[in-house]
Amino acid sequence: MSKKRILTTSMGDQTLRLLTLLMAVSVLVLMAWMGWQMFDAARPSIQKFGLSFITNRVWDPVKEQFGALPFIYGTLVTSLLALLLAAPIGLGVAIFLNEMAESKFRAVVGFLVEMLAAIPSVVYGLWGIFVLAPWLRETVEPGLAKWLGFIPLFQGTPVGFGMLAGGLILAVMILPTIAAISREVMAAVPNMQREAALALGATKWEMIRVAVLPYAKSGIMGGIMLGLGRALGETMAVTMVIGNRPDILPSLFAPAYSMAAVIANEFTEATYDLYLSALVEIGLILFGITLVLNFFARLLVWSVARGPKGGNVV
Amino acid sequence: MGQTLSVRQLEAWYGSNKTLKGINMEVASNHVTAIIGPSGCGKSTFVRCINRMHETMPGTKVKGEIILDGKSIYDQDPVALRKMVGMVFQKPNPFPSMSIYENVVAGVRLNGMRNKQNLQGIAEKSLRMAALWDEVKDRLNYSGMSLSGGQQQRLCIARALAVEPSVLLMDEPASALDPIATTHIEELVRQLKEDYTILIVTHNMQQAARIADSTAFFLNGELVEHGATSEIFTNPNDKRTEDYITGRFG
Amino acid sequence: MNDYFRKYKNLMMLTVFIGATIIALIPLFGVLGYVVKNGLSALNLQFFVNLPKAMGLPGGGMANAIAGTLIMVLIASALGIPIGILAAIYLTEYDRHSWLSTAVRFATDVLTGIPSIIVGIVIYTAVVLKMGNFSALAGGLSLAVIMIPLIIRSTEEMLKLVSHSIREAGFALGISKAKTILKIVLPTAAKGIITGAMLAVARVAGETAPLLFTALGNQYWSRSLNEPTASLPVQIFQYATSPYKEWHQLAWAGSLVLILMVITLNLVARYAFRSKSI
Ligand SMILES: Nc1ncnc2c1ncn2[C@@H]1O[C@H](COP(=O)(O)OP(=O)(O)OP(=O)(O)O)[C@@H](O)[C@H]1O
Ligand SMILES: [Mg+2]
Repeated sequence: MSKKRILTTSMGDQTLRLLTLLMAVSVLVLMAWMGWQMFDAARPSIQKFGLSFITNRVWDPVKEQFGALPFIYGTLVTSLLALLLAAPIGLGVAIFLNEMAESKFRAVVGFLVEMLAAIPSVVYGLWGIFVLAPWLRETVEPGLAKWLGFIPLFQGTPVGFGMLAGGLILAVMILPTIAAISREVMAAVPNMQREAALALGATKWEMIRVAVLPYAKSGIMGGIMLGLGRALGETMAVTMVIGNRPDILPSLFAPAYSMAAVIANEFTEATYDLYLSALVEIGLILFGITLVLNFFARLLVWSVARGPKGGNVV
Repeated sequence: MGQTLSVRQLEAWYGSNKTLKGINMEVASNHVTAIIGPSGCGKSTFVRCINRMHETMPGTKVKGEIILDGKSIYDQDPVALRKMVGMVFQKPNPFPSMSIYENVVAGVRLNGMRNKQNLQGIAEKSLRMAALWDEVKDRLNYSGMSLSGGQQQRLCIARALAVEPSVLLMDEPASALDPIATTHIEELVRQLKEDYTILIVTHNMQQAARIADSTAFFLNGELVEHGATSEIFTNPNDKRTEDYITGRFG
Repeated sequence: MNDYFRKYKNLMMLTVFIGATIIALIPLFGVLGYVVKNGLSALNLQFFVNLPKAMGLPGGGMANAIAGTLIMVLIASALGIPIGILAAIYLTEYDRHSWLSTAVRFATDVLTGIPSIIVGIVIYTAVVLKMGNFSALAGGLSLAVIMIPLIIRSTEEMLKLVSHSIREAGFALGISKAKTILKIVLPTAAKGIITGAMLAVARVAGETAPLLFTALGNQYWSRSLNEPTASLPVQIFQYATSPYKEWHQLAWAGSLVLILMVITLNLVARYAFRSKSI
């Protein structure tokens, strides 16, 4: 009975299948290749400095001293500040849009929030230089120093350009990410859950708290992590307002530096190989962190909204 | 002209679920053969085996033999086979991106025919055969989706006919339609058997009685009985057939 | 807990969410307001036809930067859109459920989160160093790398919306799978795919970081694709961080043009090509 059966197929079929397969696989290759390329270029620096690269706080290319700690510090502080501000607001926006707004209003406000993500980073930076920083220097920072000055975070001369400015601008930029992912996972919560809660006499807020948030929780966490990933790697706006000084100071008002910013500023000026290699190593660290962060964030989001099979729509 | 089909020991699986358990059946040419049976008994699977659509689903398997006009369908390129064995689906499914005209000629055009006059001729002929021409001749450039459900189904029939198959498989072609549209389709089927071998799956016993020359009763993946429609409906051999057509089943 | 308290709390929380939304939108209007105000006053014909003038001189323009951005976005689209669409076809039409597609899908999602400056570094070491110079090609290539995962994602979503019965109808007519995909399935999803592509274009048009050390910049016209090339975002960056007032104004004008471009693309993509009819 097992006669050979003709299974097709025309040249065209084979070609398209192979071509698309090639392109799909190229995505995997691209990711691996990026990692390898960076690692390869960073190797001289890795070999020379080893772990001290991330613990050394002196960055002095003239003396061939390369410590990335100030950049790591600046990146972490601004990103965490951004997260602190953007996570609750982004979640609030998502709840408002998903659970409260009428559909017309939802479309308009949803579009506006997405526009927040569409504004190019360099435009945020321009605005940061000429609007945000002066405002911080003249109004916000003196005020904070006056009322909260007993905390080291809010001490020192108001400069405007510094970690506070960087964190604020990052908060604006990652807010749409957090809001969008939170919306996506909240939309994936079955309506039955909501109706069940309402039928038991819950108020709207109680419904959100007991029927929506718990189910969307891990997805929202994923969204926040994606926002963090975006903040860590965001380059231009931060470069333009953070002050670009490789110091580690406790005050949020103080100028600092971020990993992406030092790469943007010094990459084309790196006059010798080790210097360039050190900058690439900073990039490699950034790549590694965002890769891991995105990996786990996607796992969380997929577990709620998409599913590893890419949804069930046929 | 229609062609004869003979099905031998046909078995089909979805994963490990054996859906057809050895079907043997002769389908006469230029006949309308109705396939009846309770839901889930394997009617759709059976007709989808005949144009080798069943195998396109991942995880499926077929065994056995189907001979079309003296040649095994498994010795042919499935794409070429499907030009000889047309299919009409339960739900009308015109191509949304195409106009009425483009829908009808899609099969021939995408297989290489470029000549405009020929294409127009084919479109008109097919639409006439599907009894749709008069209703759409003035709006051939409208989207296929702009038609009513019954018209869409006749459009799909025209689309299948345009390829000039010799066998036409119809899987409950009228089940989504209202009575008037159903009458249209039934009328059409009666006329088409002049030129085609037709296999039609239906849940509607009256429909089978009205249009089919012979009727096959499927149950649980087996062919229980196959004979002249009048025999099956008035004097079935098998107790299970009788139970089913008299509604005493299950 | 009595009902009065619960209702009060409900009202309070709902107000908080509305407040969050208002706060979120303040920066949008802040940024747009300043860009429009400062940009309009600096925008004139010279801006679109002139080259940059030496530092501090009035009357310079960004003609070369606008052209550079268009060229690099074009290169990126020419590479990124076909590659992305083909990969998405593989994921939806050939292999929905295997580990390979899952891995590709996952990598796609992860890639969208990689900082764009990383792409700049990689293209610098792989292309600029090898070719020996900065170029529009390198710039376009880095934008393409950013585009590909965006296109894959959006195209895949759109192809998934195309009903399976459409594909079966194609096969049943004796149309080969390749033709069914290219001539029937893709056109059915075309509107959505175009929308996604336009959004991706809008996204990369504003990218600065990956261009800094791939296309670099240029005060003059570039004579070939293999020369350093100016782009709107990089030019804005350089002018904004310069000490000259005239350049600051150009930066605002450039930002206005960039934002108009991006928002127009977004609006057209969403409203002109919005499709509900799959
Ligand atoms: N895609 C599928 N995957 C797995 N099993 C399937 C699939 N399609 C059908 N089956 C199974 O195969 C059997 C036969 O299905 P089939 O569609 O052929 O029945 P049918 O006689 O056409 O029923 P109906 O009258 O409801 O259309 C059923 O038990 C069904 O559960
Ligand atoms: Mg069926």
